[in-house]
Amino acid sequence: MKKIIVTAVLLLICFLLQSSVFPAIALNGIVPNLLIILTASLGFMKGERSGLLIGFFCGLLLDIFGGGVIGFYALIYMYIGFINGKFHQIFYPEDIKLPLLLIFSSDLLYNFICYVFLFLLRGRLQFLFYLQHVILPEGIYTILISFLAYPLFLHLYRKLEDSDTRSAA
Amino acid sequence: MSPVIKKKKKNIQISPKTLLIILSLVCALMMGFTFQTSWFDGPLKQIVGAVVVPFQNGLSSVGIWMNEKAQELSDLREVLDENQQLKEQIDNLTIENSNLQQERYELNALRELYQLDETYKDYDKIGARVISSDSNNWFYTFVIDKGSKDGILVDANVMAGSGLVGRVIETGPDYAVVQSIISDNFNTSCTVLSTGDNLIVNGDLEMVMQNGSIRFEQLADDAEVAPGDKVVTSNISDKYLPGILVGYIGSINASSNNLTKTGTIVPAVDFEHLSEVLVITELKQQIPETVQESEEE
Repeated sequence: MKKIIVTAVLLLICFLLQSSVFPAIALNGIVPNLLIILTASLGFMKGERSGLLIGFFCGLLLDIFGGGVIGFYALIYMYIGFINGKFHQIFYPEDIKLPLLLIFSSDLLYNFICYVFLFLLRGRLQFLFYLQHVILPEGIYTILISFLAYPLFLHLYRKLEDSDTRSAA
Repeated sequence: MSPVIKKKKKNIQISPKTLLIILSLVCALMMGFTFQTSWFDGPLKQIVGAVVVPFQNGLSSVGIWMNEKAQELSDLREVLDENQQLKEQIDNLTIENSNLQQERYELNALRELYQLDETYKDYDKIGARVISSDSNNWFYTFVIDKGSKDGILVDANVMAGSGLVGRVIETGPDYAVVQSIISDNFNTSCTVLSTGDNLIVNGDLEMVMQNGSIRFEQLADDAEVAPGDKVVTSNISDKYLPGILVGYIGSINASSNNLTKTGTIVPAVDFEHLSEVLVITELKQQIPETVQESEEE
C-alpha cells in the first residue's frame, strides 16, 4: 500500500517537473524525457508488472494533457515498461551501465515509434532530419538527466524495501 | 526465490502478460472512444485537471524564475558592451528624433485624412498565462491557466502581442490546451494582405527547428507576392477569425507542379519566449450548425 502511494506521488512529481520546469532547462528546444526514465527504471528495478503499470499511468497523464488521442502514449509507455521488466532478471543495482543503456534505448524506441505513427504516416519522410534534431538529442539529454534521476529512484525504492522487510520481520 | 513463494504470489496477482493484454485492450478501446465520441472530455479531464493544474501553476513560476536568473547572469556581460554602443547611438538618435517628430505631425494629419481603421476589429479577449508546455519534443502545444469557467471554448483563437499563436484544442474547467501554428499538424487558409491572394499555411517541425519559419503552399502562380508581405488569416478559414496577422512571407519558390507557389512564412510571434497570451472568446461562425438549427426551427 505504502509503495503504491509513494509511486503515485513520484509519478505526479515527475509529470509536473516534465511539463512545468523542464521546458525552462531545454537546450536548443529539446526537453529531456523524465517519464521515460521513470518508466524504464521501475521496469528493470521492480519487474514487468510494475513497469507496465507505471508506463500505463505515465502515458495516460500525457494523453489527457496532450489533447491527442487518449490511450496512444499509454500504450507505448506501457510496452516500454514491460520490455524493461524483462531485464529485471539480469539487473544488479551496483551496475550503472545496463540501466543507462536501457533508458537510452527506451527513449530512442519511444521517439522512433512517435515518428512512425505521428509523422511518417502523414508523409513526413525525412527520417534523418528527425533523427538528428529530435531523437538523438533527446536521447542524449535524457541520459544526462538519468545520471541524477536514476540513483534517486534506486535509493528511494531501496529505502522502501528496507522498511518493508523490517515491518515484515 | 523459492518456488513455493512464487506460487503464492501468482495466486493473488494477475500475471504480467495477462495484465499487459488487458491494458492493451483498454488502450485500444479508449483510442476508439476518442475518435468516435467525446466521453473523455467530461469527468476524467475534470478530475485530473483539478489535481494537476494548481501544481503546474506554482511550478511553472519556479521554472520561469530559474530561467530568468540564468538569463540575467549571461546577459550581464553583453549588457556592459551594449551600454557603450548605446551611448554613441543616443547622440545620433537625438538628431534623428527631432527630424522624425516633425514628420509625425504630418503623418497624424494624413491618418485622419484617410481615416485608417484599427488593425484589428475589437474582438473580446482575455489574458492567460502559459503554465506548461507539451511534454515531448514533437508538437508545439502548451497549456494555459484559463479554461471553460472563464468562457474559453474549443477552437477559440489565441494571440500574443499582435500575431496569431494558435487555437484551443481542448478545455478543462480551469485550463486549456493550445495548439500553436508552428505545430507540425497545423493547417489553415490565409491571405496575403497586399494582393488578397489565398494560400494554405502548414506548421513544419523541420523548418521550425532550422530557422523558426513555417511553410505555405498553393499560392496562385500569377500572384505578385514579395518577401516581407503580411500574411493574415483569411475569410474562408473555418476555425480562425479573419484578419489576424500570422507572419511575413520569407521566401517563395515555384512548386513542383508549376501551377502554384510554395515558400516559407516567418511567424509574427516569438514562440521561444511565450509567457502571456490573449484568447479571443468569440468563435468563428460555424456554418453547418446554424444551417441545421434553422432547418430544425
